[in-house]
Amino acid sequence: MRNVARAALQIALYAGFAYVVGYLSFWPRYHYASPDMAVVKVSLSHATNHVEPCIKLTPQQIAELAPNMRRSVLCERQRLPLIFELDVDGNTALRIEALPSGLWGDGLSSVYERFDLPPGEHRINTRIRYTARTDGWDYVYEEDVTFAAGRYRTITFKPEKGGFSIR
Amino acid sequence: MAFLKRIIRLLFARAETVFDWSFGQRNSPLANLGALGWYFFWIVAATGIYLYLFFDTGITDAYTSVEYITHDQWYAAGVMRSLHRYASDALVIVMFLHILREFSLDRLRGRRFFAWITGVPLIWFVYMCGITGYWLVWDKLAQYIAIATTEWFDTLPFFGEPIANNFLNSTTLGGRFFTLMVFMHIFAPLFMLFLMWLHIQRHARARVNPPRPLALGTAISLLVLSLVYPAVSQGPADLDVVPAALNLDWYYLAAYPILDFIPGGQLWLILVGGSIFLSLLPWIPPKKSTPPAVVNLDNCNGCARCAEDCPFSAITMEPRSDGAAYDTEAVVNESHCMSCGLCVGACPTATPFRRATAIVAGIELPDQPMSELRERTLEASARFGDGSRVLVYTCNTANAAALSDMGAQVISMPCVAMLPPAFIDFALSRGLADGVMLAGCAQGDCFYRLGDSWTKQRVAGERDPYLRKRVQRERLSLSWLPQGSARRRKQEFAEFAASLSKLPPRPPKRGSRNA
Repeated sequence: MRNVARAALQIALYAGFAYVVGYLSFWPRYHYASPDMAVVKVSLSHATNHVEPCIKLTPQQIAELAPNMRRSVLCERQRLPLIFELDVDGNTALRIEALPSGLWGDGLSSVYERFDLPPGEHRINTRIRYTARTDGWDYVYEEDVTFAAGRYRTITFKPEKGGFSIR
Repeated sequence: MAFLKRIIRLLFARAETVFDWSFGQRNSPLANLGALGWYFFWIVAATGIYLYLFFDTGITDAYTSVEYITHDQWYAAGVMRSLHRYASDALVIVMFLHILREFSLDRLRGRRFFAWITGVPLIWFVYMCGITGYWLVWDKLAQYIAIATTEWFDTLPFFGEPIANNFLNSTTLGGRFFTLMVFMHIFAPLFMLFLMWLHIQRHARARVNPPRPLALGTAISLLVLSLVYPAVSQGPADLDVVPAALNLDWYYLAAYPILDFIPGGQLWLILVGGSIFLSLLPWIPPKKSTPPAVVNLDNCNGCARCAEDCPFSAITMEPRSDGAAYDTEAVVNESHCMSCGLCVGACPTATPFRRATAIVAGIELPDQPMSELRERTLEASARFGDGSRVLVYTCNTANAAALSDMGAQVISMPCVAMLPPAFIDFALSRGLADGVMLAGCAQGDCFYRLGDSWTKQRVAGERDPYLRKRVQRERLSLSWLPQGSARRRKQEFAEFAASLSKLPPRPPKRGSRNA
């Protein structure tokens, strides 16, 4: 009788173990995003201008440099921060000042953001500044975009492909 | 910290009582957590190799191949997939229980730091293996993991361009990153295996295989779970569609939802800071150093029993250095020695019967020599009053001191296995006690490892040095209980004392100090 009880308890403990393994392997269900909202992702990386303007070297200055170090322009390494703004229906949704990456601040400046937006049509206005100018923008883009619930829209920036694009 | 350990220990003791009763001490899952971790690792590895035969490593066909595995070949590959998942989950459960248990038993401080700190990176590797595995299915869960992981990594200041760009939308999706995940999911377990090997390096005879009944029971329970509730994918990944609701594997992915509430940088701080704190635990607070075992070459005949029995590989047999007529001598590695005294219990020269010369064993703990143990035995015997005369040899962690309230004379030492079997014979044959009880820790609970096993084998005549056959076994009681089982210990003592009272009385003989 005692052995039967022991065996029964063993089976119950094994079943409990399997239940705990199986349950937490799937449940409780996690709600990552609202299915009623659209999600906007903004991703851009850009090499901003240098803090100090580059100096164009004369042929004589170039010749004075070691053969393996010769270049036509001389630039300080550090770059400017990148300033990005995004308006939705005339209201500022994002304003980001992204510092250049790298120990010397000479790498790309990157923006990566994700936010929810109610579905429907919205006027999107994006602006970017990556030069030393103090007012105005280097690129401005505006578009009426329809956002669907449960779907992503991505805003990217590639100057070589015409600037901003919303997909 | 000591209070926290005591609370956790108490909870484990409660659970162990139930498990020990049902499974028996030897087969109890709680006494085999480390071995179960190895076992689940091998199940995951074996099922993973089988799954790899049918898995397409290209990002476009990965999902289709996993669907084939799950549905078309449900009876083999499908079951393997479920076993692969559930054994991985079980590995996380036993890993954390193992950490908690070792912490509660204080088996991390002092010279035992090595196993603990090599275990910390193992936790990271377990998660790396699990997370990259979920990535490979390339379903909605994998999509979520890919986005959440890369966004989280982008909070580190190492990447020039956000790596989350790889999963921005369906046009940016490339196979390169996916291939990296496949590579990591294969090589991370290999490195993990190396770390597991390193983790047990300072443990002689580390248990890496659970007892067969336990292995069979857990395998059957995971197999039944796999058949009743098979692991399935959650629909193909689509980087243009938001994976709104997901069935997370909380064992591996519990940290991800935290990212909804705190920035990624803070989560890094918590996890890395937590790992550093965990690594420092062996020194919080620092353990008082105990003198390591010392070899007395005059009495060492190089029999190697101490090296054989040392649970921490702290003794090696080296060529003789004193010109004596033996090939080898025992040499103690002081940085590995835990001063448990198991080597002393194994030494054939550690006998209390010797009278011609002073009692000096071939290997001794300098602060607890055998001559002192003999002296304590004699003094304890002299203190007996009326009633049953039971001598209890116990370890410092077994919680048997309370037996002195029941008339026992309790002699404590680092580990019960430090007691050479000759002392039991000495106590009984010289009439120093009516009975001897060895009160130690249950299997898997022994603070110094293997103490219970070696003692049982020595008493049973299966391991040198043997307990002599002339010793009346009914006058000897072995009590192996989980730490914190004071009530059960008293109960076992009372039963033993009652059984002794039914035996013919043993008049004290030659019980003098010169016995």
